[in-house]
Amino acid sequence: MTDLLDSLLGGLALGAVYALVALGFVVIFKASGVLNFAHGSLLLFGGYLVAVLHDDLGFAGALALAVLVTAALAGALDRFLLQRGGHDAHSAHVQTIVTIGIDIVLLTELARRIGGDLLTLGDPWGDAVTELGPVTVADSRLAAIAVSAVVIAGVFALFRFTPWGLSLRAAAEDTEAAALMGVHLGRVRAGAWCLAGALAALAAVFLAAFPAPGLERTTGQIALNAFPAAILGGLASPTGALAGSLVIGLTEALVVGYQSELHMLGDGFGDVAPYAVMLLVLLVRPNGLFGAKGAARV
Amino acid sequence: MSDRIRALLTRRRATLLTVAVLLCLPPFYLDAFWLRIGLFSMAAAIGAIGLALLSGTAGQLSLGHAFFLAVGAYGYTWLAGDPGPGLPTALAVPLAVLMAGLAGGLFSPVAGRVKGIYLGIATLALVFLGHHVLLTAESVTGGFNGRSVPPLSLGGFTFDADRELTVLGVPFGAEERLWFLGLALFALTWFTARGLLRSRPGRALAALRDSETAAAVMGVDVARHRSAAFVVSSMYAGLAGVLLALAFRRVVPDYFGLVLSVDYLAMIVIGGLGSVAGATAGAVFVTALPLLMTRYADQLPLVAAPGSAEGAVGPTEAARYLYGAAIVLVLLYAPDGLHGLARRARDRLRRRRTPTTVPDTAVPSPPPPAAAARPKEHTP
Repeated sequence: MTDLLDSLLGGLALGAVYALVALGFVVIFKASGVLNFAHGSLLLFGGYLVAVLHDDLGFAGALALAVLVTAALAGALDRFLLQRGGHDAHSAHVQTIVTIGIDIVLLTELARRIGGDLLTLGDPWGDAVTELGPVTVADSRLAAIAVSAVVIAGVFALFRFTPWGLSLRAAAEDTEAAALMGVHLGRVRAGAWCLAGALAALAAVFLAAFPAPGLERTTGQIALNAFPAAILGGLASPTGALAGSLVIGLTEALVVGYQSELHMLGDGFGDVAPYAVMLLVLLVRPNGLFGAKGAARV
Repeated sequence: MSDRIRALLTRRRATLLTVAVLLCLPPFYLDAFWLRIGLFSMAAAIGAIGLALLSGTAGQLSLGHAFFLAVGAYGYTWLAGDPGPGLPTALAVPLAVLMAGLAGGLFSPVAGRVKGIYLGIATLALVFLGHHVLLTAESVTGGFNGRSVPPLSLGGFTFDADRELTVLGVPFGAEERLWFLGLALFALTWFTARGLLRSRPGRALAALRDSETAAAVMGVDVARHRSAAFVVSSMYAGLAGVLLALAFRRVVPDYFGLVLSVDYLAMIVIGGLGSVAGATAGAVFVTALPLLMTRYADQLPLVAAPGSAEGAVGPTEAARYLYGAAIVLVLLYAPDGLHGLARRARDRLRRRRTPTTVPDTAVPSPPPPAAAARPKEHTP
């Protein structure tokens, strides 16, 4: 029973962090139709900045600066590279592949700088734990859940109540109509990329915090597990991303927690379990759980 | 008019023959390093052509190519190897290709229904799950350390360096022999793929890419054609995997990861989507660049030799910068890739050579290759 609670809490924390990343995918996809393959390296970029800066600025200052700079980088990538391609659905496919090129360059540079090191981020939680009844939880995990909940609520409010959110939803609904109604597509898009970059930098902190050993060159790859989360929920649906992230986080934690019972699947199945779940969902619902079925006009 | 066509055909045949002869020469003049680059390029080209059929023509984005390469490579190794049925190697090659096709077919419930970006991520799942299987199914795959690949032997002739063989005064080792095997397989791929593109199913796929709805109205069975394209593309990948396994002489799981899949996507993008020649050019570029940069690292500016001080830009990294930048630049400034650049250069040359005559009607310039996907439908 304690094991189960342990796994559930761990899964919840993991899912909360995935939700930050998956929400980034969804925001970018909604605004530009692009699936951002460079998200993992943006995340690593944010984490690297925190690691480098926290000695001088303290953790909070470093985090704030890292979030801002990563947001600016993501916005600039979109504004100066991707938006040259245009706004229609076809160029969105081309731009998706452009993000792969960006990812290769960015990731190579970061991996070269980080090398084989394990960087600490100087976060205030350290390896402290809290007793919650029968289970012991790392403080960083509780912080991940709390911060993600607040931030995600903020992002949903942004979608719902701000002019920018309205423009974003209008542009996602019908690009041309939105442009005709005076929505500045380029600005809405760049804003979405900034938001996604900021979320990625924030997620990096929790991915590198205890019980993880620290930030390493492969930390960005964890963001890949948020792909299934975003797809699972339906790529254009923020609610779906949230649900998908929780499903993926819980699956991963449960598979890892009950590894001995799942021995026939092989060691390390937890790493690939998200993908197995995603395939099963796509078999039943090719557009994801919350995805709308696309209506094609002739 | 017919004379001109005949002349053109003769010229085309002559060009083909010249190219074939030129491609047969390297084993007599170049050393093993260059031959290995050529071999890997040929294997990559076979796989890239398969992916070009799928992504460029059928408009499907696949990141699962590494998985099908792995099926081909491991399929051959297992079928012909010791833990395994130990079939004759000449039989193991086509069976391994069929196995890759079968794997693609098993995936068709997803490949036929899921489209565009969704398929890209769904196939990503294949790579990760496949890698996991390669690591865990040790009795078949040899686990983390992989297993060695039995050399191919065709009618008593072994593609290996075991028995001395000298042709025209040149000692023929494994690389020299495999070169001709690779060349034959590449020619097979080249002509079948081009034939396929011009056939009825090929045109159906192109219609499907341009507009799914219009194609369906014209009587194209959407799901069936999508899955068929996926199966054919995975069979080419399987063939490439077999050739790679023979060239490496050892297969390890870590080679068949996400990076390899992305490499193949990069090849067809850099080459120009949907064109067989472009895919070949892209394959050579992506394969040869890191190998060449590693070899000539000491002569390149700004690049440190491998194994020098940490933090320096090594040849592998320099190659990856160039290659990432190439993807970005090609897509932003020349969306039809190397193939499109070559075609434009050729057109300009031809126009300059014959400024007064009417445009050559016997050679209608091919329509611009349409890129990644259908132009005007929104992916939900």
